[in-house]
Amino acid sequence: MDRQKIILLEEKAKEIRKDIITMLREAGSGHPGGSLSAADIFSVLYFHEMKIDSQNPHWPERDRFVLSKGHAAPVLYATLAEKGFFPKEDLLTLRKIGSKLQGHPDMRKVPGVEISTGSLGQGLSVANGMALAAKLDGASYRVYALLGDGECQEGQIWEAAMFAAHYKLDNVAAFLDHNGLQIDGRTTDVMSPEPLDEKWRAFGWDVQVIDGHSIPDILSALEHAGRVKGKPSMIIANTIKGKGVSFMEDVAGWHGMAPKAEEAERALAEIDQRRSE
Amino acid sequence: MTAKIATREAYGKTLVKLGEKNDQIVVLDADLSKSTKTADFAKVFPKRFINVGIAEQNLMGTAAGLATTGKIPFVSTFAMFATGRAFEQIRNTIAYPKLNVKIAATHAGLTVGEDGASHQTVEDISLMRSIPNMTVIVPSDAVETEAAVIAAAEMTGPVYIRLGRLGVPAVNQDDYHFQWGKAVVLREGTDVLLIGTGIMVDACLQAAESLHSEGISAGVINIHTIKPIDRETIVKMVKTTGAVVTAEEHSVIGGLGSAVAEVLGEEYPAPMKRVGVQDTFGESGNPLDLLNKYGLNAQSIVLAAQEVIKRK
Repeated sequence: MDRQKIILLEEKAKEIRKDIITMLREAGSGHPGGSLSAADIFSVLYFHEMKIDSQNPHWPERDRFVLSKGHAAPVLYATLAEKGFFPKEDLLTLRKIGSKLQGHPDMRKVPGVEISTGSLGQGLSVANGMALAAKLDGASYRVYALLGDGECQEGQIWEAAMFAAHYKLDNVAAFLDHNGLQIDGRTTDVMSPEPLDEKWRAFGWDVQVIDGHSIPDILSALEHAGRVKGKPSMIIANTIKGKGVSFMEDVAGWHGMAPKAEEAERALAEIDQRRSE
Repeated sequence: MTAKIATREAYGKTLVKLGEKNDQIVVLDADLSKSTKTADFAKVFPKRFINVGIAEQNLMGTAAGLATTGKIPFVSTFAMFATGRAFEQIRNTIAYPKLNVKIAATHAGLTVGEDGASHQTVEDISLMRSIPNMTVIVPSDAVETEAAVIAAAEMTGPVYIRLGRLGVPAVNQDDYHFQWGKAVVLREGTDVLLIGTGIMVDACLQAAESLHSEGISAGVINIHTIKPIDRETIVKMVKTTGAVVTAEEHSVIGGLGSAVAEVLGEEYPAPMKRVGVQDTFGESGNPLDLLNKYGLNAQSIVLAAQEVIKRK
């Protein structure tokens, strides 16, 4: 595995995390926990895996990404800005009236956002529709999605899971941000969706379970997913909600609360100090 | 007597014609293709027909995804499930991002018949017109259905087309020119205006004849496009007549009657009565018996007209 590549992707993840904290501090509201837990996945997708062009957001042959867990908008916005879809200064307008950076992603406002999401459970259906279009047209683009584990409590996720397997959408690769937390506490206490790996396998998906914060793991998983034929791929990423900020890690309360100035300062310092493994 | 054709039948045939002209048309259904008549399209274009099974929320989301790539999805199931079960999916994933999805839902209203209340939506027009960016069309006969479906394919943005199970008589001639958003003046009158939509347009015409024999001059308009509604024509004709009756195969709450009341309440209040389902659920029965039992017929319109004239 390319050492340089891994270091680059870890640096990108770091930048994304810092931008998440900064934009949320400025906005005064939003979702840090579930944004930070996904930063490594976003880094690999947008700076290695996906065939996209920030200067050409509507390029028909582009790979698509669907943020089914739409509240993690900050990690999507930070990544898109870092990739060059729009200026980084815009991140400071998150959730402000008139801003294109709405609290949950709006495809009509932000270049790079493929579908408006926010209401959980719906994104995988949309991803399937996009993937099906590719099959109908003989196009080679792939569709990626990020789901939440709490989100798997929504019935529509399983409708979509069934559909993707039935229609053999092997151009769909979904990540599951398996951080074990939701708003009211641990997912296993509120409404356990476990065992997730067995469920997705039973629904006909190729399933991998990885460390969602290991760039090499994420890279390997995507490489494997790209070779799966006749089935969609599910990569269950074991993650820590709030990853990168010690006082946020694995704390349900940081699902939807923005850091105040002093907390943000501490968070940024911690993220900066974290060395590549 | 002219043949009665169900609007869902006309839909099925029109879809095939559309499919022949435009290869971007795709059709989705949720295990009801034999009833919704999307099976007609499926037979000719099997690759472009997608059955999602009994999963209406997934139905709408999948259509949305297809629409983002430039395909033009026509999505069908029973109106109860399309607008009820999948209301939020339509609202958040289709209407909010203004995706080019055409929801053609069948078996609306009481005339779904023997299946009974669980299947008889009397709220669908209300639900769909309350969503921003949604165009709502209720065709009155086969000819209007064909025109509306073609128009829906040609316009950009989300559209809800309300179709029925029951065979209905022709209201429009074969040379009918459909313009979405424009009310159709079927009969001029001076004493009262009868506004109908869907299957109740024919009932309005019958009622007008009946009133004529009593010496009452009733105007009749067909409002096929509930949203955006033709405010201008409504106000103009109510100014002429001074009294209005609305008639729909839908609850009197939230549908055509409410939409008309909104316009008149703001621009030209006039004595008004809404003929429709009086805030109740339906029940099992033969469609024609049901229409009579629930007051969805020419007789009810006549009585309503006589009442509003007295209030002038």
